[in-house]
Amino acid sequence: MNEMKNVQVKQRKKKHISKSKKSEWIAAYIFIAPLVIGLLVFYIYPFFQNFWFSFNEVNRFNISTFTGLENYKILAKDKELFRTLGNTLKYVVITVPIGICLSMFLAALLNTKIKGTSIYRTIFFLPSVTMSVAIALVWKWMYNGEFGILNMFLNLFGIQGQNWLSNPKLALYMVMIVGIWMSVGYNMIIFLAGMQGISQTYYEAAALDGAGPVKQFFKITVPLVTPTIFFVMITSIISGFQVFDTIYMMIGKTSLAYENTQTLVMMFYRYAFDYGEKGYAAAISIFIFAIILLITIFQFVMQKKWINYD
Amino acid sequence: MQNQRKVQHLIIHILLIIGVAATIVPFIWMVFTSFKTTGEAMAIPPTIFPKEFRMDAYKKIIHSLPFGKVYLNTFISTIVTVAGQVLICTMAAYAFARLEFPGKNIIFMIILSVLMVPGQIFLVPQYMVIMKMGLLDTLPALFLPNLFSAFGTFMMRQFFMTIPKELEEAAILDGCNRFQIFGKIMVPLVKSGLSALIIFTAKFAWNDFMWPLIVNTSPEKMTLGPSLSTLQGQYTTDYPAQMAGAVMAVIPMIILFFVFQKQFVEGVAQSGIKG
Repeated sequence: MNEMKNVQVKQRKKKHISKSKKSEWIAAYIFIAPLVIGLLVFYIYPFFQNFWFSFNEVNRFNISTFTGLENYKILAKDKELFRTLGNTLKYVVITVPIGICLSMFLAALLNTKIKGTSIYRTIFFLPSVTMSVAIALVWKWMYNGEFGILNMFLNLFGIQGQNWLSNPKLALYMVMIVGIWMSVGYNMIIFLAGMQGISQTYYEAAALDGAGPVKQFFKITVPLVTPTIFFVMITSIISGFQVFDTIYMMIGKTSLAYENTQTLVMMFYRYAFDYGEKGYAAAISIFIFAIILLITIFQFVMQKKWINYD
Repeated sequence: MQNQRKVQHLIIHILLIIGVAATIVPFIWMVFTSFKTTGEAMAIPPTIFPKEFRMDAYKKIIHSLPFGKVYLNTFISTIVTVAGQVLICTMAAYAFARLEFPGKNIIFMIILSVLMVPGQIFLVPQYMVIMKMGLLDTLPALFLPNLFSAFGTFMMRQFFMTIPKELEEAAILDGCNRFQIFGKIMVPLVKSGLSALIIFTAKFAWNDFMWPLIVNTSPEKMTLGPSLSTLQGQYTTDYPAQMAGAVMAVIPMIILFFVFQKQFVEGVAQSGIKG
């Protein structure tokens, strides 16, 4: 008799739980519905459509004809792809390490007991809240060969200036300077947060052992912020691979340096929206995706080897 | 020892001041040029300070571009993007952090993979979706795809995960339903996450360039970024006009930054720690 009652109670409890569980499910689906629908329409469906496009020729009127691997075959032999890939790699390989070193250096300077750190921090952060297109215009004007402030400054030291952005050998480097200038303050804040997490006792011990500030930086700070270096490195590499706004604004189609400054994303943009060859553009975008995916995987494998999480 | 420290601090200040100079010279050059006449901007030898502060360049660009409209479009697009993303991402993030439901892990994995894909992949089909909706060259086209963010959802989920479960359990015992718990208890607890999300999104939406350039064409449907590009084409050698445009594009974000400085800096710092 008693046992039966127990079973009944248990069953009732089970039913009760499943009812509250169901209401939890319904609530959860309502919570995620807008996001899921939006992502399906604007991201997930487009992802597959783009993939499909890369096997098609899509004309100006968006009519597609299946061409199999044709786009990829052309792409594999396209000299423009190798040139833009080369420019992009150059951009990433140079801006990322310099950007990381500079922002770490500034963060280390601010992570001391000097006065006015918050004022410095605010000023350094300014470029990263300003519109990249506007910044590109300003730098283009500063680089101006005839009336630019850079040449004016160099003249003070008797150095003959030049037309920086139309020099095919220099233009990409000049754009890199703008890219670094824009991102240093932002990454500095991230490094500063990482450095402030380091216990002061390490530094005190090192100081007692007679280690100067430079030695402390390389022996304590750098090893202990490796997770932050890793984070900043990934985000900078990915954003470096997608550089667009500054180059679009600074280097016109008629510039002598045009070929030397076009990146992968620039090439994608031209094919997709200037030439209206959306199938070929899709293949280019898949190529960009593949590279970024490879880098991400490579970094996660390497991460285990050299990062110090203690 | 005391002296040595003083010297050290002096060196640090000198290095930082060099950095400050490199950071603000472009801003100063932009502002000064914008107040010059075209003639003065191209004078040889060049001047640094404007001889007199003139508003000519500003008047010129306000007449040649529908600047009022462009500003309004950028404002509306930014505000709608921020509001929409905060609502949509926070709701979903709460469900992923706190609720149990069938398919949760798979759906979350799919969202994470969206995060890994570079934006160019989606652009052409997104453009076509907007076209099919009949929204090309309209205001909603500017913000529609940006309302949904895998990044925002992921970030807010990280913030929700740090809140102790006991708070929610107590509320359930008090008879609150999930929607009340979300609105009254959970959202107020992730304020720092929200301000980080708001700042990221506002900065992104305000500065967005490629998407409006693709999806809208008429000058009065544009945002600031592409309008600056138009301005550059129109005034190829009129540098004060270009700089006046740049100043006007940059100022709202700078004001926002000075007002919400603490939130900006903390938001960025958090992203490094949580990411």
